[in-house]
Amino acid sequence: MIGIEHYVVVSSILFVLGVLGIFLNRKNIIIILMAIELILLAVNINLVAFSAFLQDLTGQIFAMFVLTVAAGEAAIGLAILVIYFRGRGTIAVDDVNRMRG
Amino acid sequence: MIQTFAFYLFAVFTIASGAITIMARNPVHSVLWLILAFFNAAGLMVLVGAEFIAMLLVIVYVGAVAVLFLFVVMMLDIDFAELRAGFIKNFPLGMALALVLLAELVLGIGAYRAGALELGVPDGTAMAPVGESNIEAIGALMYGRYLFLFEAAGIILLVAMVGAIVLTHRPRTDVRGQNIAKQIARRPDEATVNVKPEIGKGVSL
Repeated sequence: MIGIEHYVVVSSILFVLGVLGIFLNRKNIIIILMAIELILLAVNINLVAFSAFLQDLTGQIFAMFVLTVAAGEAAIGLAILVIYFRGRGTIAVDDVNRMRG
Repeated sequence: MIQTFAFYLFAVFTIASGAITIMARNPVHSVLWLILAFFNAAGLMVLVGAEFIAMLLVIVYVGAVAVLFLFVVMMLDIDFAELRAGFIKNFPLGMALALVLLAELVLGIGAYRAGALELGVPDGTAMAPVGESNIEAIGALMYGRYLFLFEAAGIILLVAMVGAIVLTHRPRTDVRGQNIAKQIARRPDEATVNVKPEIGKGVSL
């Protein structure tokens, strides 16, 4: 059996990749949303791994709620992206502060 | 043996496709690599015996979220080359920050492995019952102890759906719709008339 540390290391690397993705693609909000999905995936791997190794199913239930929120967040984020693109013709998020009002 | 091999296979593919997701030039390729990352993460979850979450991951992420991303990427006509302008400039600092973050996380895991940290033990109320499958155990918990949280998750999804529709919907003026109230308010006596035309005069409508 693989130890839990291996799973936690994999999820840490994935989490860091998500953070790096947000940092590198600061202009492209689509990649930023994908990086957020990567971060949530890392969190889910962590929750499920601990749930399995501690023999407690609460972690898996919680992972399901994280999944729910991730799906809702992606839908709302992409909807905002679509209306932003309709109004401006670009998705560069450097000057999103024009969105107010 | 095969378990170790499968773990390293899934882990390497998850991390590699995650890395290509954030590095790829073309966002369509990014989405496809993201799908591969989700599949391999689902494989990792199957390995520890969480089949339900693994299948949910494939259905929800690959079936819904990734398709949504693909749809938006392909629908919007975006100049992606311009959006990559700061990529090279940000790379060294971003890499340094990421390495520091990763080093700290791995240090924490190493401290846990060395036995310096106590995680506490589960109280056993959500233990997987012996002889039941993962799905049965999760179903019993979800429709029992976590019923209200489950309902709350449904409401979150409903709000997200309504929000997305409200945000992106725009009324079209160039199409003719159906006015149901007008149709229902119509009565036979105002819709038809009885005329007695004289011969050879015709009828005016």
